[in-house]
Amino acid sequence: MPELGQLVSKVRSKNAGPFWLTIDVFCDTPAVYDRVRKGLRDEAVARLFGVDRQLLKRFDIASLNVVKFSVPRPVVQGTRADRDMHGAGWACLLEELQID
Amino acid sequence: MTRVLVPTGALGLGYDRAALDRGVAMRPDIIAVDGGSTDSGPSYLGLGVSKYSRAATKAEWRELMQARAAAGVPLVIGTAGTCGADAAVDWLLDITREIAAEDGMRARVATLRSGQPAGRVKAALAAGRVRALPAAPEISDGVIDACTNIVALAGVEQVAAALATGADIVIAGRTTDTAIIAALPILRGDHAGAAWHGAKVGECGALATTHPNSGVIQIDFDATGFTVEPMLPEAAATPYTVSAHMLYENSDPFILYEPGGHLDVTGSDYRALDGRRVRVEGSRWVPGRYTVKLEGARVVGHQAVGLAVIRDRRYVQNARAWAADVTAQVCQKIRARMGLAAEEFAVELRLIGMDATLGALETRHEMPLEVGVLGIVTCPTAEQAAEAAKMLNPYLLHHPLTEDEPMPTFAFPFSPAEMQRGALYEFCLNHVMELDDPMEAFVLDVHEVGHA
Repeated sequence: MPELGQLVSKVRSKNAGPFWLTIDVFCDTPAVYDRVRKGLRDEAVARLFGVDRQLLKRFDIASLNVVKFSVPRPVVQGTRADRDMHGAGWACLLEELQID
Repeated sequence: MTRVLVPTGALGLGYDRAALDRGVAMRPDIIAVDGGSTDSGPSYLGLGVSKYSRAATKAEWRELMQARAAAGVPLVIGTAGTCGADAAVDWLLDITREIAAEDGMRARVATLRSGQPAGRVKAALAAGRVRALPAAPEISDGVIDACTNIVALAGVEQVAAALATGADIVIAGRTTDTAIIAALPILRGDHAGAAWHGAKVGECGALATTHPNSGVIQIDFDATGFTVEPMLPEAAATPYTVSAHMLYENSDPFILYEPGGHLDVTGSDYRALDGRRVRVEGSRWVPGRYTVKLEGARVVGHQAVGLAVIRDRRYVQNARAWAADVTAQVCQKIRARMGLAAEEFAVELRLIGMDATLGALETRHEMPLEVGVLGIVTCPTAEQAAEAAKMLNPYLLHHPLTEDEPMPTFAFPFSPAEMQRGALYEFCLNHVMELDDPMEAFVLDVHEVGHA
């Protein structure tokens, strides 16, 4: 099984304010988008970021060939436990996830 | 029609100078630039300071003041000085006065202050007029009192009031990223949905184009929609780059909450006018209760850090066990020698090369060539943090894996080995406050600068 990052053109994670993290998966073509949309399961993504699945927001945006997730930040930005002020490193988790 | 020129995504980030000149030649109605966000973390708000250098800010602000004078239109900055606290507004006002004096310029400057006294926020909390947003932390009067700075995010009403003073330059404290761009189009009766949506597209400058670093973008607003055009001739806005920008740093790519309502772009239509301009129509503004978002930061401790690098293969292979042992021994020593209780302080060793970015969420476990050990101590006071870091020092330098082996020595890059980080700040508000009058929580002042 390939890693997500091998299929898509870019996986980006960013803060959406200090309390939320948003992850955009840019798929480039409808074929890749379709495969990624079906291959990425909400449970697996929530587990990857250590958040409650009920709090995960997902947007499948066909017009952009983008799958987007938003989760409460695994740790609030800038707190003692935060390791990544801008939240960009979390993209690697999704990028390296194996998908069908 | 209202033409807004946005020189860059944030003052201090830079922009293409020729593109700015081109933008001025296109005769904008206003020049609007963002000065910050929460993205760099809570200490800027906590301290009320800018993250960009004063020299870089002054150099760019001077060029924008000159561009404004050449265009004969207002220049407005939102979230001045990264955080938009009152002290950051004063900082930029001071820079503005200096430039005016040095260049023999005269200007009317309006300042819009967004700082909130704790008393106002506590009264609103008691009156049930403060509402938690999703994933907000718990708040109380104590938390509000502990904030070193609280700001409210101004919307178009407050920016429009500042423009209505006849100001040449508006220095606004914390505003929403979009408000400074949307204010004039809304004031002039352009389509409200288009005003907010176009403002969102333009708030990061040329980020919504093929040449993000060129900075300069122009947005034309009218009665039915808006048109985006980058000012660098080689740059292009396409339906893809423009629509994809709603993804950026937004938890919801279709809905954007603003003071007094929300923007809904679910039905927006993006059309290429040619190879580099995009027309957008169909965006909706949905009015709601008038609320402003609050941001606050407080001190939760003081930190000192130390860094050691482990290159020895056996120690690299056993770095986790080594770090756990060091942490346990140092904590014990701090309790014994400094009299701090376990819950009063923290010692954390982050292993750079292993899991320093992702911590427990890391999924890869490969052996690195070397490991950077970032030792972080957090204590109630700066003096205690300095003391605790000095207790950590000998362990970072010499701690052996077993008792019966020669004493190891690891690589310290600096002397002294410890670095004082100062106060650790935390964001502690993710709430909105209801207002009866948009201006009731904001302070508008007018200053004539450059006059003898």
